[in-house]
Amino acid sequence: MSEVTAIDAGEPRPRKAFFRLPGAGQALNKGLVVMYLGLMVLLPIVAITSKAFENGISGFIDAVTAPQAVAALELTVICSLIVVVINAIMGTMIAWVLVRDKFPGQKIVNSVIDLPFALPTIVASLILLTIYGADSPLGIHLAFTKPAIVVALLFVTLPFVVRAVQPLLLSLDRDMEAAAESLGARKWLIFRRIIFPNLAPGIATGIALAFARALGEFGSLVLVSGNIPFQTEVASVYIRGQIEFDRLASASAVSVVLLAVSLALLFCVTLAQRWGLRHDR
Amino acid sequence: MTAAKNHTEVENGIEVIDVSKQFGDFEALKDVNLSVPDGSMTALLGPSGSGKSTLLRAIAGLENPSQGKIFISGEDQTGKPVRSRNVGFVFQHYAAFKHMTVFENIAFGPKVRKWPKQKIKDRVNELIELVQLNGLGKRYPSQLSGGQRQRMALARALAVEPTVLLLDEPFGALDAKVRKDLRTWLRRLHDEVHVTTIFVTHDQEEAMDIAEQIVVMNEGQIEQTGSATELYDEPVNDFVMGFVGEVNSIGGRLVRPHDTQVFPNEVEDSTRVEVDRIVRLGFSGRIEMLTDPDKREIWAQLTRSELETLNLEPGSPAWVKPAPDAVTREDTGALEAAVTAESPATDKPTPSMPGLPV
Amino acid sequence: MTGERLTRWGLRYFALAYLALLLIIPLGYMMIETFKDGIQPVLDSITEPDSIAALKLTLLTVVIAVPLNTIFGIACALLLVRSNMRGKSIINALIDMPFAISPIVVGLSLVLVYGQNGWFGQDLAAMGIQVIFSTPGIVLAVIFVSLPFVAREVVPVLQEVGDDQEKAAETLGSGPWNTFWRITLPAIRWGVSYGVVLTTARALGEFGAVSVVSGKISGQTETLPLYVQKQFETFQSVGAYTSSLILAVLALATLLAMNLMRRKENHE
Repeated sequence: MSEVTAIDAGEPRPRKAFFRLPGAGQALNKGLVVMYLGLMVLLPIVAITSKAFENGISGFIDAVTAPQAVAALELTVICSLIVVVINAIMGTMIAWVLVRDKFPGQKIVNSVIDLPFALPTIVASLILLTIYGADSPLGIHLAFTKPAIVVALLFVTLPFVVRAVQPLLLSLDRDMEAAAESLGARKWLIFRRIIFPNLAPGIATGIALAFARALGEFGSLVLVSGNIPFQTEVASVYIRGQIEFDRLASASAVSVVLLAVSLALLFCVTLAQRWGLRHDR
Repeated sequence: MTAAKNHTEVENGIEVIDVSKQFGDFEALKDVNLSVPDGSMTALLGPSGSGKSTLLRAIAGLENPSQGKIFISGEDQTGKPVRSRNVGFVFQHYAAFKHMTVFENIAFGPKVRKWPKQKIKDRVNELIELVQLNGLGKRYPSQLSGGQRQRMALARALAVEPTVLLLDEPFGALDAKVRKDLRTWLRRLHDEVHVTTIFVTHDQEEAMDIAEQIVVMNEGQIEQTGSATELYDEPVNDFVMGFVGEVNSIGGRLVRPHDTQVFPNEVEDSTRVEVDRIVRLGFSGRIEMLTDPDKREIWAQLTRSELETLNLEPGSPAWVKPAPDAVTREDTGALEAAVTAESPATDKPTPSMPGLPV
Repeated sequence: MTGERLTRWGLRYFALAYLALLLIIPLGYMMIETFKDGIQPVLDSITEPDSIAALKLTLLTVVIAVPLNTIFGIACALLLVRSNMRGKSIINALIDMPFAISPIVVGLSLVLVYGQNGWFGQDLAAMGIQVIFSTPGIVLAVIFVSLPFVAREVVPVLQEVGDDQEKAAETLGSGPWNTFWRITLPAIRWGVSYGVVLTTARALGEFGAVSVVSGKISGQTETLPLYVQKQFETFQSVGAYTSSLILAVLALATLLAMNLMRRKENHE
């Protein structure tokens, strides 16, 4: 009854009943999530950033402009770019074949796509070394060369574009293509003008995720790349080396560069998704 | 003691007092007052965005009013969580528990209340019979038709013997035929169970067909409350008049088609129109006309002999005016504004990222 | 008509050949290579104490990291979808971080926080807790890299299911806890399972982050992926292949589980 009086006395809003469990449960939940994220993710990132700038901006710049670091970053970016271009084409093609084609064993092929996600990277590295290494049964010797890096990265990033394009392709309104055809459009034109624009957000998302992954990849490269400084040493391997020599500040500086690029890419993914939604609004 | 008592004139039933609700800048409800008599069936009628669903959800406790009070059976519901209000709520899209059978769905409420097992079983079976789902107890919602799912949702809401039954657009998702059957059935069910019932609808025919009391809402406010006859014969304004029953707008006034007189020659206070189409439907018929010069459609309901006497042809001019004793209301454009404000549903689910491990 | 057919066949076999060269042939060849000298050497290397210890440690990290990340993932998804708290977008961005960070960088950051000269290293050492070069560090690394999966799988499912069923349960008198267990969790169970499988796969196979924080002491802080590397680098290829095969079989089991779940989910 006191509550009624309080409100009649001119309190504008009914008091939020704080004893309500949903509120309490949610606060608890929020606390848990924020703490866990803070401890597990945020703290390490803050640590690495502060270490990178331990010797000021100039220390940071010195570390990332060291010739070996520059070479490693350059190699990483170039290989990643090559990889995403191939992924964009092959990923879309594979998605197309999986959705629009019909052939025996299709389901198996479809599930095999996820294999690189499931397979530990070191196993991937070993596998690729076995088949493309010195004892290659195919006679293709790639080990310890730049192409080996590209192949390893292609292996681990295979699913990104496929899995981002597939649902879009599935939900694509086939009537749209039929309509274009009835208007006299040829197949290639239909693909370019009707299908591709609808898949583009998926391709963009897949590419960005694959690029982020390729930039930081380590496990699948350790055995195949040979890790020769200035030649086949990628950024993650370079960082690993710096850690071994206990040059943590230098390792952190290069890490921050990788991190910044990856975050920018994730941001692009968000933008790509918004862009993908533009026709639905 | 207390303001609460003084406000409540109806001991049982539902009492809504000065309820407002804001969502950000949007005022969904503005000082709404409403009495729902115990055991009655009331319809909240209005275009979408009129606040009818918000009011229903506020009564259920699914929304917290920004201001005002709601009493159920004379008891203040402010700050009371949904689960303690003992309301039965039927959702527009059924909200069936997909992973439970029909039996389990209906048994959910009683189980939460920790009824003894045998009592739950008896109650659920009783309800399955009541809503005519005999033999479907072991089915999953996905194996039911739309109408069956809706009846299951109703049985689930009734299982806990709620003080009030609230239905949000209960037949909105069903096709026309099933809708009609289900609403006659709901009316009969109500006569049997006698629980105070409020349902939300935007279909005036549905409201007039089964509700004893109709509450017409627009822009977060109640325009008028009354029986179907009261609303039809004595609408308080043009909005109510237009929303309940058919209307023409002639010379700035709304008038019913059966109160619209048609003349072959100009008469005093009449408006010139052009005959568009003449439809003969057995005993009665109608003339469809276009106003001059803005080409708005109006129509008059006439008997066959009136049609013969007039002897008009499509394309010929005619003059219309309200009958002398007709109910008319000034046309303020409120109806048109409310109806054009209705926008198609845009809440498409956002395509989610596929689970992409890195 | 024939041109169209040609395009289709061309596309099909080109795509399949690419997959074969990249995935199938290498994997198949590895199996052959493993059993090159018969089954006995394989069995021998499986039962090697270091190999067993590595497998045990790997499973231990999975058993700790997966439940923690599952609880966190569900809580996080609920927070992101069902609440309207401020700062949601920050949480949303933070969850994705492990996807954007190189495993090596993860390892490095853990060294900086918990290592000997790290922020908490001294204090923890004083309490007798060693994180880096020891099991806790490995577990932390695995938690970090596999953190987003459950949340990312559950968020879209929660959005799709909507809150109608939860609201309905509430009107029927169900409290939040009961509603969660009886309504929400069953509705998202396939999403959760899918997330758990992905988390497990990642936790089993993580190499980069773990390689930085593990002391790589055989039989003690060596997980199975690290063991593979060491075996390979010490020219014990049968051992490397065998351990790889164990990991690959676990991965294939993961794939199978994912497929079964997807099928189940589509059935409902």
